[in-house]
Amino acid sequence: MERLDGNAAAGLLQEVFAREMTVAIETCAGCGTSEALGAVHVYMGGPGTVLRCPHCSTILMCIVRVGEELRVDLGGLRRIELR
Amino acid sequence: MAVWQALELVAKQPETPTAATLRFAPDRWPGHRAGQHVDVRLTADDGYQAQRSYSIASAPEDGALALTVERLDDGEVSPYLVDDMALGDALELRGPIGGWFVWDVADGGPLLLVGGGSGVVPLMAMLRHRRAAGAAVPARLLLSARTVQDILYADELHALGAGDDGPEVTITLTRGAPPGWSGYDRRVDQELLAAVAWPPPQRPRVYVCGPTAFVEEVAADLVALGHDPGLVKTERFGPTGGG
Repeated sequence: MERLDGNAAAGLLQEVFAREMTVAIETCAGCGTSEALGAVHVYMGGPGTVLRCPHCSTILMCIVRVGEELRVDLGGLRRIELR
Repeated sequence: MAVWQALELVAKQPETPTAATLRFAPDRWPGHRAGQHVDVRLTADDGYQAQRSYSIASAPEDGALALTVERLDDGEVSPYLVDDMALGDALELRGPIGGWFVWDVADGGPLLLVGGGSGVVPLMAMLRHRRAAGAAVPARLLLSARTVQDILYADELHALGAGDDGPEVTITLTRGAPPGWSGYDRRVDQELLAAVAWPPPQRPRVYVCGPTAFVEEVAADLVALGHDPGLVKTERFGPTGGG
């Protein structure tokens, strides 16, 4: 599956968080590094959109659309700084 | 908050044999920043929907919203947009989207833009913004295209580069150059980047956009040359350019 980046998920992230999120800074729960969400790795070819840490590949966030619902798993995020 | 709106195509202009610029005039448009994109959604008669992202080509100062779309022969959306969509036809669009891969004149420079193929589209919005704002921020564009016919905005880039305070435009062709070609004729690598890029101590703001492999190679080469990873922003659009 082709690797994209957080820019490709910007519209979807805006649906979830109701604000521009690619400038938000995430901290990975796996390795502790921080990046702008625009710079994380994104995979969109499957049933959901998966955001992975560009340093350790931890799944930061997974967003799945089920009918009209969005289901969001944030298990790999330690924190998000909104900017 | 970007919501879906139906927009009619108001103008269309071929750019290359495989790409076209589509113009829209949204009623509700909050204004955009150079480097942002929109999401486009098409719905088939049976309800099937396909959604893609396309970079905005126009400057924020431009009244209309222009998208340049490259046709991918196996794509679901781009062949319709480039070949079949006629003036007055409508699509659904939301935007502007994104805030990370953007450049405003106030961000300063020097500015280094590196585009692969249609990855030049958001970079063109930055150069158009720079021109419209009358800014003299030093800027260089390195564009990698397959052949001469594939160079987007060739005439405009030539004119921009020839103007006072214009950006320095460097083009490299990866699948053969015509006789008399004065630019580069090879893939972008460290040596080419070292020749074209501002030296790392000048701390250029770098924007790289193109297919995933291109973007990742260029970003890695720039960091290897000593550029601060924190100043290198990337936007990947995958091998299919989003289809």
